[in-house]
Amino acid sequence: MKELKVQPIKNGTVIDHIEAGNAVKVLHILGIPKTSSSSVSVAMNVRSKLGKKDIVKVENRELDPNEVDKIALIAPKATINIIRNYEVAEKYRVQLPDEIIGIVRCSNPTCVSNSKKEPVSTRFIVVEKDPPRIKCYYCEREPDDIADRII
Amino acid sequence: MNFKGKDIISIKDFSKKEINYILDYSKKMLDYARGEKYSDLLKGKLLSSLFFEPSTRTRLSFESAVNRLGGRVIGFADPAATSQKKGESLADTIRMADSYSDVIVVRHPQEGAARLAAEFADAPVLNAGDGAGRHPTQCLLDLFTIYTEKKRISKNKVVLLGDLKYGRTVHSLAYALSLYGAELTFVSPESLKMPKEVVQECKELGVEPKHTSSLEKAVKDADVLYVTRIQKERFPDAEEYNRVVGAYRVDVDLLKYAQDNLIIMHPLPRVNEIHPEVDKTPHAIYFKQAFNGVPVRMALLSLVLGVKK
Repeated sequence: MKELKVQPIKNGTVIDHIEAGNAVKVLHILGIPKTSSSSVSVAMNVRSKLGKKDIVKVENRELDPNEVDKIALIAPKATINIIRNYEVAEKYRVQLPDEIIGIVRCSNPTCVSNSKKEPVSTRFIVVEKDPPRIKCYYCEREPDDIADRII
Repeated sequence: MNFKGKDIISIKDFSKKEINYILDYSKKMLDYARGEKYSDLLKGKLLSSLFFEPSTRTRLSFESAVNRLGGRVIGFADPAATSQKKGESLADTIRMADSYSDVIVVRHPQEGAARLAAEFADAPVLNAGDGAGRHPTQCLLDLFTIYTEKKRISKNKVVLLGDLKYGRTVHSLAYALSLYGAELTFVSPESLKMPKEVVQECKELGVEPKHTSSLEKAVKDADVLYVTRIQKERFPDAEEYNRVVGAYRVDVDLLKYAQDNLIIMHPLPRVNEIHPEVDKTPHAIYFKQAFNGVPVRMALLSLVLGVKK
């Protein structure tokens, strides 16, 4: 019998097909461990048909769409599996929307969207979905490392 | 083509067809801009001129454009005398201007400020420069100058010289000239080279810009030499600044290498990158270029206000 490296979960979310090495960034985006006290399992460099990948399993938490958008920014090929009572209740691939609002901070310190005085959320236009390239709606700058800019 | 209510934030918001339309319409404004003909096209229209940063040409040419077409201007040239000083947001200032006037012109030190202003105003917003970002009306008047002097924009050999890294006019201009398929050569000190994103944009539009450090070589077959100010504050020491400035000064000796029909442009203000003796030569177009701000801004204001004859 094939040994399972990571145990199945009863309820929660499995994020599969994360590019190898990016699982830690996904945890950072989800605010884990700060936002969750439940068990989290991480498998890195798992062999699959398409080469190596990372997997994250979060128990007792179903991701909301805002969190999924964030994951698409650093793991554009990831799939989200919502698990209920050990069964896959929902399965979908992350999908970057055409605009990203309030998720990434502009890398330009003098961009108006970084001004605390102004009543606006950060806003980015998605230039390319995979690999993700985004451009600030206000100042048109593209952040070099999106993961570092996630709010 | 309908521009009524349109914001003018970035040259990238316009297609080549739209730019051509604006340039042709600007041409019709030349007599009014010179004061040779009078029009009350903007009669009853009120412009808010909000300058959060210093300006000479942009502010005065907008005011000239409005006044010569019979409109009126309210606004400020120094934010120290406004509620900005009390910590008011740009968004709230724009909401006020929007309720007081029909069109808003804004210059602000933060990049993206004009885009933000447009979100909070029903009236059209014209970006008069946002930090190191965009300055679309300058870009349009630069294109207009090349268009009127050279009869066309495409196929000209254009040299962009000076601070290509921080100079906000050259980034938009390189993009716009690439839309027209002009030949581009960039001349700058190594530390002030054109950012790779701008070079990439030119390439995506099918233009492969050349880079050189030799100004003599670059001007040899150039049709247009666009000079920008090398900003002293960008250099760690005065000696390095002096060396760079000396290497890129445009003077009558350099013009010996140039074609007779070379035109020299500069967004101004200049410091010492163009020797005053060049002013007297037929190559010097920069003061005419500054004047061209008036017809182009006349055209833009009447187009966005929907009062075109």
